Amino acid sequence: MVIHVDARGCACPEPVIKTKKAIAQEHDEVVVLVDNKTALENVKRFAGKSKHQVTVEEVEDYYQLTLKK
Amino acid sequence: MPKFSDPNLLVGFDTSDDASVYKMDENTALIQTVDIFPPVVDDPYEYGQIAAVNSLSDVYAMGGDPKLALNIFCFPEDLPKDVVQAILQGGYEKVQEAEALITGGHTIQDNEPKYGLSVTGFAHPAEILMNNNVKDGDVLILTKALGTGILTTAAKAGLLDEATYKALVKSMTQLNKYSAEIMKKYSVNSCTDVTGFGLLGHAFEMAYGSGVTINLDHTKLPVLPEAFDMAEMGIIPAGAYRNRESLDDVVLVKEKVPLAAEDILYDPQTAGGLLISLPEAEGMKLAKELGGAAEIIGWAEMFNDYSVIVG
Repeated sequence: MVIHVDARGCACPEPVIKTKKAIAQEHDEVVVLVDNKTALENVKRFAGKSKHQVTVEEVEDYYQLTLKK
Repeated sequence: MPKFSDPNLLVGFDTSDDASVYKMDENTALIQTVDIFPPVVDDPYEYGQIAAVNSLSDVYAMGGDPKLALNIFCFPEDLPKDVVQAILQGGYEKVQEAEALITGGHTIQDNEPKYGLSVTGFAHPAEILMNNNVKDGDVLILTKALGTGILTTAAKAGLLDEATYKALVKSMTQLNKYSAEIMKKYSVNSCTDVTGFGLLGHAFEMAYGSGVTINLDHTKLPVLPEAFDMAEMGIIPAGAYRNRESLDDVVLVKEKVPLAAEDILYDPQTAGGLLISLPEAEGMKLAKELGGAAEIIGWAEMFNDYSVIVG
């Protein structure tokens, strides 16, 4: 199951908090959208800490992070 | 911008120091500083205390004693009166504890509250501690634990337990007065306070201004409880990334340093501690007398490639 989190327009620490709530649910993959570098770096760190593999794709004016267990 | 110069201006704009210093006569130097910021904690009384501690700190970091202070207060029209009172009360109490006087101030209407003070202090000109006088062979002592930026961010997200929050507020409401009084008994070469640019930013200013390399040992850093965990979780304020970006070329962080420790080194501090540089022979004694969170966190040597090296 894929959970989508749109954290564009959110300032720190909101993107991490939203991602944290998402991974607390049953999931295979969590896809997170952020639109600033602080959020990108913070969600990457959170992925590492919560034992997820993370890939980042730059799309137009935002970043798409895919977190896999 | 036009450059100001005056033979009695001991510290001005150009050395990135903590405050400006003007020599009045052979025995008196005038120290001036101003600092305001938006609320860092929800409690208005604690916010007022923290803002005052932060504003007063620049005078202590220059080796002086604060004497006069003016409130600068921006707040929205609809901010409840008791909140306004509590912020000012917090500020008054800390200025009183500093044995200085609030003699006036200025308020202005603004959408987001901001509070702080302009502080005037005095010192003997020979006792002024600039941030650009670190000597080869000095050790560096930090007097307060790091992580206030990370933990205030975590607190806003409701991620801190009560004990951690209390430790955070206790650190941010502690005047640098007491550390400064002890420091003055030693042959200190240089001093600054750790604030918005993070430990690495302020260590860089010291090292660069002094023409030396400062080596920091990441295992010796005093860090507030939970700050390491919160950094690992990515609860890191935008300011930390800005600090990292601006210091990228001039600071070397060795690979063995964990990412979370690195994030703490760049974390912008509110009402942070003093960073003191003095000869190694006296370093242990001063760190011991300071007690609390104070630790020897590094040493200075002749410049070699980078202004600051973290290992």
